[in-house]
Amino acid sequence: MIEHNDIDRIPGRSTTGHEWDGIRELNTPLPRWWILAFYATILWAIGYWVVYPAWPLLSNYTTGALHYSTRASVVSDLAGLEKLRGEKMAVLGKASLTEIENDPALLALARARGKTVFADNCAPCHGSGAAGAKGYPNLNDDDWLWGGSLDQILQTIQFGARSGHAEAHEGQMLAFGRDGILKIGEIVTVANYVRSLSGLTTAANFDAAAATRIFAENCAVCHGENAKGNQALGAPNLTDGIWLYGSDEATLVETISYGRTGVMPAWSGRLDPITVKALAVYVHSLGGGQ
Amino acid sequence: MNKTVSQDDLLIEEDRPLYVAHRTVYPQSVRGTFRTIKWRLMAVCLGIYYLLPFVRWHRGLGAPDQAVLLDLPNRRFYFFFIELWPQELYYFTGLLVLAAMALFLMNALGGRIWCGYLCPQTAWTDLFYAVERWVEGDRRERLRAAARPITMGRAAKRVLKHAIWLTVAWWTGGAWVLYFADAQTLVRDLATFQAPAIAYIWIGILTASTYLLAGYMREQVCVYMCPWPRIQAALTDEWALNVTYKYDRGEQRCSLKKSVDLRARGERVGDCIDCNQCAAVCPAGIDIRNGAQLGCIQCGLCIDACDAVMKKVGRKTRLIGYDNDINIRRRMDGKSELFKPVRPRTIVYASLIAVVCAVMLYALLSRTLLDLSVLHDRNPVAVKLSDGSIRNGYTVRLLNKRGFDRVVAIDIDGPPEASVHVVGVDSVTVDRPMIVLARDTTTELRVLVTAPVDNKSERSMPVRFRVTDIGLGEVASATDHFVLP
Ligand code: SF4
Ligand code: SF4
Repeated sequence: MIEHNDIDRIPGRSTTGHEWDGIRELNTPLPRWWILAFYATILWAIGYWVVYPAWPLLSNYTTGALHYSTRASVVSDLAGLEKLRGEKMAVLGKASLTEIENDPALLALARARGKTVFADNCAPCHGSGAAGAKGYPNLNDDDWLWGGSLDQILQTIQFGARSGHAEAHEGQMLAFGRDGILKIGEIVTVANYVRSLSGLTTAANFDAAAATRIFAENCAVCHGENAKGNQALGAPNLTDGIWLYGSDEATLVETISYGRTGVMPAWSGRLDPITVKALAVYVHSLGGGQ
Repeated sequence: MNKTVSQDDLLIEEDRPLYVAHRTVYPQSVRGTFRTIKWRLMAVCLGIYYLLPFVRWHRGLGAPDQAVLLDLPNRRFYFFFIELWPQELYYFTGLLVLAAMALFLMNALGGRIWCGYLCPQTAWTDLFYAVERWVEGDRRERLRAAARPITMGRAAKRVLKHAIWLTVAWWTGGAWVLYFADAQTLVRDLATFQAPAIAYIWIGILTASTYLLAGYMREQVCVYMCPWPRIQAALTDEWALNVTYKYDRGEQRCSLKKSVDLRARGERVGDCIDCNQCAAVCPAGIDIRNGAQLGCIQCGLCIDACDAVMKKVGRKTRLIGYDNDINIRRRMDGKSELFKPVRPRTIVYASLIAVVCAVMLYALLSRTLLDLSVLHDRNPVAVKLSDGSIRNGYTVRLLNKRGFDRVVAIDIDGPPEASVHVVGVDSVTVDRPMIVLARDTTTELRVLVTAPVDNKSERSMPVRFRVTDIGLGEVASATDHFVLP
């Protein structure tokens, strides 16, 4: 109800009667299209209530005429995705590991699949770039505890190491100190010896002859006479420049005294065989594969 | 003389609304120089637009043979002998710069000639006006009809007009989509309703916009929607030729009969006989005699109209003509007219156009059809191998822009004694990785560079990747870094 009689001179229409710093607003009715759109949105809302889940109830909600559920649609989307991928992935399943690596298209496919699976499953230990960390091998380099060929990598991923799986890699670095096999002096000596094998500096008073004897009697069984390691036992090569836990004297003394038993889980039960295969190709293609 | 102007009148003049409700314009048909130019330009422009998709250009087996094609799904643009990849979109930047410069130059020479002769809005509006005139008659007929109640015959004419408009609009939208797919196939698919939905949607959008913009909004588009008039008005200067009513010659306007009487008595009267022909033919519905106006698209039709009148009454033509601001003053002062198309501004624009053209031409002629890009691994940036050497990983993307498969070799110039290895390739050739590049595609490779390092090595060394086409000898290279951990 307009009680004032305030007509704007130029368009000759009434105003709202309010004034802000000399500006008055025309009392313009809402446009018809706007009103119609407004009613349309109300109708739309009602339709929405009927068709889709909308109203929360005490212990449940109205499910709507379409029984739409985001969870169900995600499940069906995922199923569709699996189906879509399945066709392409099946090709990977049929080809051998070497065939995959030598076919650019298959290699690209396996690497793409491997990369995402690696990020989801392996990155927590080995790092997103597979560069590893102390105690977790760098998968980019060419130093492999259990072998770096395609088949060996596949096997390690499938069954793991010390994972409890029947076919897992087994191998034990003994706790020479804790179990009283070697005395602390001998441990320090052999630690220095091991450093000398890969060209690192040794302590001044280090007794090389004693060290050679201690090594031959205690360590050579697993690491070999020449300390080049043994992949069947997961015994690392002690003559190269790569150290899983570190190469300083204190770390080596700790390793020899208490032993090391890193665990790699078995993935065969958790990932499907084609995915594991793709993963093996991906890890091999990081560059260190043999 | 001393007519008092009320305060109200002044205010209303100032408070004129920003938007004037649409008034229908009934432009009269006209003949003359500029009308002819407009017809010819329209024929050329629309002809190119409608027919270009059907022009063929042979590019070899498997490649599309359409001269102009924007192949969005495959991300390729074909323009006669040029095939552009998405990486080369900067050519379009060059084209846009060229377009802007050309517009500036046109503007410095002849004002809004783009608006009057070349703008699509002008071309299609002109076409729609022609249809309207052909079906419903010329200005006078339509004005008369508009004042009277509608009859059956006129309703039928109106239906016919809209049908033709819609056909033109529909064909306009149809031609648009033909630039994005093989034209002949698409026409067949469209006719048999096999074409993708997106094609129909775009035809719908362009049909609607052509019909509405050219059929209904017309000069409103130029006044309220288009940003060019503002930009061009800001660019123009006193030397630019604009459609101008030469009021120094035309005023005082005076009817023909009266002017003959007055002239016989030796009094000075202007040449304009106030016949209003110039306003009647104007598609923007303005009277050029009121001076330069935002609505004027500089189409020159008023020149044709006035020239016809002047010829009929035996006076000199070009009472309305392309003229610059300076000449009015000069003529009034009794000096000769002055035109200066060559002046610093036009020289700058023209040379910029030449430079951009030259740069683009050079880039186009010297562009390689073999290319590569290199991306260094970021995690880890470097890997130490068991023998103490260092390896860096790179993602190398090779581009083969040729229409056939080819074999390339990869070499590096990098740290001393560095070796290169391509994952998945070394089992074929050991010493120098060879790769097959499929035609018209990119190939992504994982490339590993290994180098023995000693403590004298620098922490970061440049490494140059070189790919060589074994058959053609084409070479491309890119540089990255080899870093130590
Ligand atoms: S005034 Fe003349 S030049 Fe301007 S739009 Fe009208 S007819 Fe064209
Ligand atoms: S057409 Fe020429 S003579 Fe007629 S009104 Fe316009 S300017 Fe005057």
